Amino acid sequence: MTLLPENTEKKLGLVIDLDTCVGCHACVVSCKGWNTENYGAPLSDENAFGAKPVGSFLNRIHSYEVSPIDKPAHLVHFPKSCLHCENAPCVTVCPTGASYKRVEDGIVLVNETDCIGCGLCAWACPYGAREMDPVEKVMKKCTLCVDRIYNDNLPEEDQVPSCVRTCPAGARHFGDLGDPNSDVSKLVEERGGTDLMPEQGTMPVNKYLPPRPKNQMDDTDILAPYLEPVADEPDGFFKWLDKTLDRI
Amino acid sequence: MHPAPSVIIFTTLSGLGFGLLIFLCLGFPSVGGVIGFIFFAIGFGLAIGGLLSSTFHLGHPERAIKAFSQWKSSWLSREAWLSLFALALSGIYALGRIFFDIELKLIGLLSAFFCVATVFATSMIYAQLKTVPRWNSRLTPMAFLIFSIAGGALLAGQVSLALPLLALAGVVQVTSWILGDKAFDKSGTNLATATGLTANPKEVRSFEAPHTGTNYLLQEFVYKVGRKHSARLRIMGIILAFGIPIIFLSIPFSHLMVLLAVISHIAGIFIIRWLFFAQAEHVVGLYYGKR
Repeated sequence: MTLLPENTEKKLGLVIDLDTCVGCHACVVSCKGWNTENYGAPLSDENAFGAKPVGSFLNRIHSYEVSPIDKPAHLVHFPKSCLHCENAPCVTVCPTGASYKRVEDGIVLVNETDCIGCGLCAWACPYGAREMDPVEKVMKKCTLCVDRIYNDNLPEEDQVPSCVRTCPAGARHFGDLGDPNSDVSKLVEERGGTDLMPEQGTMPVNKYLPPRPKNQMDDTDILAPYLEPVADEPDGFFKWLDKTLDRI
Repeated sequence: MHPAPSVIIFTTLSGLGFGLLIFLCLGFPSVGGVIGFIFFAIGFGLAIGGLLSSTFHLGHPERAIKAFSQWKSSWLSREAWLSLFALALSGIYALGRIFFDIELKLIGLLSAFFCVATVFATSMIYAQLKTVPRWNSRLTPMAFLIFSIAGGALLAGQVSLALPLLALAGVVQVTSWILGDKAFDKSGTNLATATGLTANPKEVRSFEAPHTGTNYLLQEFVYKVGRKHSARLRIMGIILAFGIPIIFLSIPFSHLMVLLAVISHIAGIFIIRWLFFAQAEHVVGLYYGKR
């Protein structure tokens, strides 16, 4: 049913560390690979070698430039996938019951054999977490690698989402955010993890750890003053040229 | 938002069709026989034609029957049920009126109620979306309902009713444009809340998109073509949908003038509906540094 459960036993989700993400896109590739070869309709690409390639992805990495007035500017790589919201608007709008939120662990899934491909769930999602597959014409979204995390055929270290397993920087963490004593909950507490678009009322389970404050410009190097430009005013021929051009 | 032709045709034609059925089922005009048949055929043709058109927008139309299952939470599912009730009940009323010359008043009343409810459910599919601030307003259902009823009055030839209704519809539309233009900024969602990187949206900007090409999200939600003509299209829409029909209906009655008024009205509503989608901005565009 597309009515949301009042409570879920667990709140499985991701904690993404924006301080350590290096923007390598390895999680994007491993996500596409795992979710094409395993559960559900494969993630297709259209016109992959043509002029206008387009394909479905469940995880995409944006990059943002943050330039505060009083601090140095910095670049933040920003992975974004389904946030498995507690108040998921994508679930309640679904007319067929294909979209649902699991009571046992809070994962939001799509039953692809029930999906009519109307696209309304993607309209309802503020994060762009759902994409219609261009070939299969069903809605695709992050499953939190539901076919890995409970898969006893895999070695224990592989029983986490593919993106988490792949990340070379350790910027992605997986766990139960409903348990205040879990590692991920402690990490969120310690680092001040935040929600994306809290005003949309979606109550996302996934949390984002903000970048740690950067050093201030003025204590970068004691030699910095010596690097200041010494010739502000031109002299000789250029001084004459400068004055002459000013007069014209 | 991408203005899919199937959805524009659906909302425009079905709105008009259900609007006409409202009047016919309430007995304005009370017509049976051949004339009644023609009137009802136009009403059903528009309503059903529109509904069929909407299925072209689906990825898997063969599973459309499943859309009846989630009426408890989904406006799209409610719309499916309500349209079924509206068509079935007005069908019974029409059969009685055309072939047996009887007026099933209670059925007629119920039909009119379900026709209104169907149009309301359609409008709520859009109005419920917090992600599209321009739509997330009471003016969305108001506009859909008044368009349907005014268009219905026009098609049913109820000139004295159609005149004030068309004028009112024009006022509702202009109001929803004025308020809608401010809706995105007022919604409180911006790149700062979207990323949580700073409190000031002026301090953050998109540096690089996740990919060099396009994707489903950009195609579906960040539609910019034709926005630069929006002011002109708005004026054209208002003149065609409401201005010209009001003028044509005000001069002494002739069937040609009513026909021209109807054609002009439909053309105008198409333009207004196209703008409804093309001008709507989805908050996901913020992540791409776009609106």
